[in-house]
Amino acid sequence: MSNQIKKVISMNVKTLTLLPGYLGRKIQKNWRVIIITIPFVWLLLFFLFPFFIVAKISVAELKIASPPFSKMFEWTGNGILSVRIVFDNFIYIITDDLYFNTYINSVKIAAISTFFCLLFGYPIAYGIVRSGPLAKPIFLFLIILPFWTSFLLRVYAWMGLLSDQGTINNILIALGIIEEPIQMLYTEFAVYIGIIYTYMPFMILPLYANMEKLDGSLNEAAADLGSRPINTFFKVTLPLTMPGVIAGSLLVFIPATGEYVIPDLLGGGNVQMIGRVLYNEFSRNTDWPVASAVALAMLFLLVLPIIVFQYYQGKSVEEK
Amino acid sequence: MIEKSNVNDTTWHTDDKTKPLVQIKGLTKKFGDVIAVDNIDLDIYQGELFCLLGGSGCGKSTLLRMLAGFEYPEAGTIKIDGMDMSNVPAYERPTNMMFQNYALFPHMTVEQNIAFGLQQDVMPKDEIADRVHGILKLVELEDYKKRRPQQLSGGQRQRVALARSLVKEPKLLLLDEPLAALDKKLRKQTQFELANIQEQVGVTFVVVTHDQEEAMTLSSRMAVMDAGKFKQIGTPTEIYEFPETRFVADFIGSANIFEGRVSEDGADHVIVSTNVGEVYVNHGQSIAKNKKLWVGLRPEKIHLSITPPPQIGPNQIMGQVEDIGYLGETSIYKVRLKNGQIVDVTAPNQRRPMSRTHSITWEDAVYLSWEPESAMLLIS
Repeated sequence: MSNQIKKVISMNVKTLTLLPGYLGRKIQKNWRVIIITIPFVWLLLFFLFPFFIVAKISVAELKIASPPFSKMFEWTGNGILSVRIVFDNFIYIITDDLYFNTYINSVKIAAISTFFCLLFGYPIAYGIVRSGPLAKPIFLFLIILPFWTSFLLRVYAWMGLLSDQGTINNILIALGIIEEPIQMLYTEFAVYIGIIYTYMPFMILPLYANMEKLDGSLNEAAADLGSRPINTFFKVTLPLTMPGVIAGSLLVFIPATGEYVIPDLLGGGNVQMIGRVLYNEFSRNTDWPVASAVALAMLFLLVLPIIVFQYYQGKSVEEK
Repeated sequence: MIEKSNVNDTTWHTDDKTKPLVQIKGLTKKFGDVIAVDNIDLDIYQGELFCLLGGSGCGKSTLLRMLAGFEYPEAGTIKIDGMDMSNVPAYERPTNMMFQNYALFPHMTVEQNIAFGLQQDVMPKDEIADRVHGILKLVELEDYKKRRPQQLSGGQRQRVALARSLVKEPKLLLLDEPLAALDKKLRKQTQFELANIQEQVGVTFVVVTHDQEEAMTLSSRMAVMDAGKFKQIGTPTEIYEFPETRFVADFIGSANIFEGRVSEDGADHVIVSTNVGEVYVNHGQSIAKNKKLWVGLRPEKIHLSITPPPQIGPNQIMGQVEDIGYLGETSIYKVRLKNGQIVDVTAPNQRRPMSRTHSITWEDAVYLSWEPESAMLLIS
């Protein structure tokens, strides 16, 4: 928290504490606790509680009813409370190859996309940091600009570009480079294009923030000590921008793994990703228990990178 | 302006056999329309501790950066040890630099920082370890070799930076404001340490500084820079005692300056008539009669007395004490002359005053006098 924000908060709290009497004294005494409690209550209500509902559904049985799953607790008469916990759904998604392959595919697509985002994003971020004081805000604005248009619209635009009768195929045919249109839409390639394009800013911005702090004289010092530019990059620049690389990679990798819209619109039925499977189970098959189990499994799949992310975040904060 | 021959004429290289280590000829650097370094010539000799002294923006750092290879000149040449450096990148030059902010690698330990330069050359590992150990001993940081720069104090970081730049045994060590980041007490102590280390390793140092005291204590020879040009080059004594211009006289120490014209040009002396009377200067140089020039007088070279000096003659003025500044070791007197000009005079407080006041005090009428050797002739 920046000092300014702290100041504002403590000022507002002080005005609050001007309230007379018992309540005022209570607030004055416990304002830190109060401020910390609010976001935790929020998370409890809107994340943890729904999460338990999902967890509960994941151990229920599919039923043709409304809601379409069995109850966990039921009075069977004679004062017996029966508790039904069904692990079928988990066994099903573990044993059925579809889910396993879909997980692997999701992670693969997310990982490759992250790699390419890094490959293109790193030099872009470096270029922006090194650009002049006039160009820098313009470049940054251009990076953020796509956020001002609807995400869906941008994906539809890619459909227009990539389809058989799309812009790219039309141009290639007009130039005589190809005779038949190349199928790009509804392939993995299109999914990669979509993910890399969409998530690029999430790679560039943390990298930029990290590189901006880099001391330019370190590069000069390395050169002065006899290090060639390439060696300087690997020995000085890259290690020092590692926190940015990690932050950017996780910001791309985590949401890309669970991506639903891009594989659905650009990949069609040909690219299985976990987000799509989840959607199909939930709304087409109306199999809420399996869908919940898939969601839980995905959560744990993603918790690992989040923990890694938090760990490095905490570490880099400590270093400052 | 000063004549060129005069600028380079110093006692340092009377021996013609010594070839300069660094030869700078006609060096010019512009940033847009601003001329940072303006057609500079300079020779620096092996083993010198050469200071570039000047205010901010005078071009001293640009000159240093051109020696290191971080900036390339628009015109002119730099030769180091006889080799033209024009197309040699920084990483191939026989120079090392100590940066003003030290530029230590934050992700490396002290040891790794120092070894970094050696690792760039092909050198066996145990020799690198030996050299690192040796230099750590020199700067007395052996116990800190596993620490990171953030875990060191300012003074320790400064020594790591020095060690890192020295360990490659460069032909020329460039130091950009090496002591600027230290506090005053540490700075004074480190000045002498730095000079000692330079003597021990025998590497030629070029130091950029804006601190005249630092330049005076450190350097064997120094150049005063202003607006991209050298105003004067010489030993600290030459620069302080024989400044050639009002700029140099005022930049190094302080000086009372009187405008005047040469009224007599003798074989061993010059008499200048100024608006405060005639000034007799022992000066070997011949100066055309009636030439307009300035006389500079250092505050500490003026005697202050209430009784008139024994002999009536030149180099005497009367005035009235307007203000006194007590600095402990010395006191500074502001004396108003008849024409209204204020003259600064400093006097050491050699005796502890009995009555907690100065023997000369406010409103006293005083005589100012000085030796004929003391006045400085300033030609511009």
